[in-house]
Amino acid sequence: MSNDKFLSSLSRAALSRREFMGRAMAAGLTLTAASSLYATSASAQEPKRGGNLKLGLEGGSATDSKDPAKFLSQFMFCVGRCWGDMLVESDPLTGAAVPALAESWEPSADAATWTFTIRKGVQFHNGKELTIDDVVATLKRHTDEKSESGALGVMKSIKEIKKDGDKLVLVLTEGNADLPLLLTDYHLVIQPNGGYDDPLASIGTGPYKLTSFEAGVRATLEKNPNDWRSDRGYVDTIEIIGMNDATARIAALASGQVHYINRVDPKTVGMLKRSPNVEILSTSGRGHYVFIMHCNTAPFDNNDLRLALKYAMDREAMVETVLGGYGKVGNDFPINSTYALFPEGIEQRTYDPDKAAFHYKKSGHSGPVLLRTSEVAFPGAVDAAVLYQGSAQKAGIEIEVKREPGDGYWSNVWNVQPFSTSYWGGRPTQDQMYSTAYLSTADWNDTRFLRPDFDKILLQARAELDEGKRKDMYREMAMMVRDEGGLILPMFNDFVNAAQKSVKGYVHDIGNDMSNGYVATRVWLEA
Amino acid sequence: MTQSTDTGDIPALSLYQRFPLAVLVAQRLVLSLVLLLAVSVLIYGGVEALPGDFATTYLGQSATPQAVANIRADLGLDRPIVTRYFEWLGGAIQGDFGTSWASRNSVTEQIGKRLGNSLSLAALAAAISVPLAVGLGMLAVHFRNRMPDRIINVISLAAISLPEFFIGYLLILVFAINFNIATFPSTVHDGMTIAERLKAMALPTATLVLVVLAHMMRMTRAAILSVMSSAYMETAELKGLSALRAIVKHAAPNAIAPIVNVVALNLAYLVVGVVVVEVVFVYPGMGQYMVDAVTVRDMPVVQACGLIFAAVYIFLNMLADIIAIVANPRLRHPR
Repeated sequence: MSNDKFLSSLSRAALSRREFMGRAMAAGLTLTAASSLYATSASAQEPKRGGNLKLGLEGGSATDSKDPAKFLSQFMFCVGRCWGDMLVESDPLTGAAVPALAESWEPSADAATWTFTIRKGVQFHNGKELTIDDVVATLKRHTDEKSESGALGVMKSIKEIKKDGDKLVLVLTEGNADLPLLLTDYHLVIQPNGGYDDPLASIGTGPYKLTSFEAGVRATLEKNPNDWRSDRGYVDTIEIIGMNDATARIAALASGQVHYINRVDPKTVGMLKRSPNVEILSTSGRGHYVFIMHCNTAPFDNNDLRLALKYAMDREAMVETVLGGYGKVGNDFPINSTYALFPEGIEQRTYDPDKAAFHYKKSGHSGPVLLRTSEVAFPGAVDAAVLYQGSAQKAGIEIEVKREPGDGYWSNVWNVQPFSTSYWGGRPTQDQMYSTAYLSTADWNDTRFLRPDFDKILLQARAELDEGKRKDMYREMAMMVRDEGGLILPMFNDFVNAAQKSVKGYVHDIGNDMSNGYVATRVWLEA
Repeated sequence: MTQSTDTGDIPALSLYQRFPLAVLVAQRLVLSLVLLLAVSVLIYGGVEALPGDFATTYLGQSATPQAVANIRADLGLDRPIVTRYFEWLGGAIQGDFGTSWASRNSVTEQIGKRLGNSLSLAALAAAISVPLAVGLGMLAVHFRNRMPDRIINVISLAAISLPEFFIGYLLILVFAINFNIATFPSTVHDGMTIAERLKAMALPTATLVLVVLAHMMRMTRAAILSVMSSAYMETAELKGLSALRAIVKHAAPNAIAPIVNVVALNLAYLVVGVVVVEVVFVYPGMGQYMVDAVTVRDMPVVQACGLIFAAVYIFLNMLADIIAIVANPRLRHPR
């Protein structure tokens, strides 16, 4: 169930943020960013209103719950974004926090206390006005230790949630400049009385009201006439159909039965493209497919062997073959140019059998290297491993590919075995990406990158307010991971979806798949 | 056995000797119940023994120890298995399958809808395929080894050799994409009219008919052919009956038992074995429901589906046996 991993990887982000964060991010930029939110790709045409939008989505399951706390699938991710609002959204192009139900926010100097102003005059679908009590109750429900909320990990750094007059005050266990971004989590739908009364009622403040729902099968929604925002919700009704079979999704789109499908297999993109009314929607993302070596486990504790294995990877061929061209080559550190303060100008590592052979010889290693993989690690992981085996062979390195069962891969192989394939979703900031997987103490340090000097720079960068200096620090960190780490990162994958050409105004949101889940609220239908 | 006691009207005759039909049917009924009970134990035990655990599987990698512990305590998984089994069985007998762990909805309610969908699809496919198969079988016998028989054979062999997902995709390609005359996806939901529903079900029904037709047709042909070689068929022929009439009136009734058996087997398959077809056509039936539940180890749903599938299977087989018993003239007319 790679899609679940995909989404849960979002929730994972916050777990490692235990460190004090010294810098206070100004919240002021957000208001202007909000007004330009949809002005980007949409403004070229005047949005049309009306029509019934049909989506065919992978990921629905009969076990899906309507309780936002228990949203797990892609299907519910999209349904929830239609009827509910969070306090904060993220800018589709920059990933910065922009206001939603929270109008503005102000951090304390140490970024450990945050004061939010809640928007006034917003109505729930049942006519009740949104109050600060609803917001407090919602956050309390998701931070409750007894809660089964998928956002529990994200929320556990919140120590206290209180009402101060008409403001919301959040007190954290430690400073965190990225708190507003944490509140964009798709579980944190603001519900009347926090959803304590009836978590399954699906009453929110979003542009659409849920009119029918059958788990894993179908959901229908109709326009909320009292939406507090006019720059979204263009179609009258939405029909979301669960289609877990990739061929069924493609057939439904090609025959014009649905307007939009998600999760197009790169292998079939070519065929789908031949259909004259279909447009492939490919969005660059921060997610990446990786081959991970444990830096502290023989034989991978030898940096020459690690370098040999890095040079033995044919990245271009990987992007072409495994991603069908829908992705970008990676450079063995987990950051790409969609991140702010991306360290530019680092030389791209390319396939070099001679250098690989040189380092391999220097490492003194002999015999086959065992690589474990499974189809669930990422789509095409087994093919990628075999491809890698071939390119390494030309450098005289023998790689033995072991195909593991998908069931239990994440608990028995990933983060356990010394050399395996895996997938990472992106993070809102470089700091979070490194803190989640490369800090010595991180829960998901799946390359066993244990470097006190790296940790030191990471913590310094977090507190550094001078952007130039911080950029230099991020460059230094990237170089350490690239040249000494256990990460082989051949490619960043795009989110590949497809739509009828009559679907207009699609926003390529770097935040997450399906226009960050907002696809149905952002597009309109051309007659 | 009837022959050994066939000596006259003695009052000490056993129940079986007096009402062999009723006794055999009753025996078959009791056997079915015992079987169902045994299956329920197997299902419960088997599902419990599955590796992996609902709490961790459901939460995926976002599982925190706290959330896992919360879910386990909430579901009462700490209690002994025997207690839980009898509670479950008690509920199941009254039609209450408990609450889905994942969605917290009533399993009975959810299954009601899904089972209805599966059964209506199966019924539609059966209503078309059974008469068609039997008719074609008879036709094949009638034109034995001539052109119509060969054509029927080749087509049915081709249909049986193609996997159902392939047949499904072909039908979608031709009827939904190329000609755009069929409804796809076949998602049925509340508020559809009968006509809309039937239109949505057309392609999956056609797929199922093609999948089960050949098996039933060939069995019908074989069963009738074996009867055709018996002496009374020769008599029928000699007394001047037309060939078709001889087949319909004399051969077919005596071939009922084997035909009913293969029909029952195929009907059971139509209900419990159509997961692939349901997935391909996005049809919300029981198969898809059970697969989803197994993936997250949603035990109450898995158990309920398993029990219902077993019940359908046992019931249809029992029905076939009873029909075979009833159709046996020796038992219908003892002595």
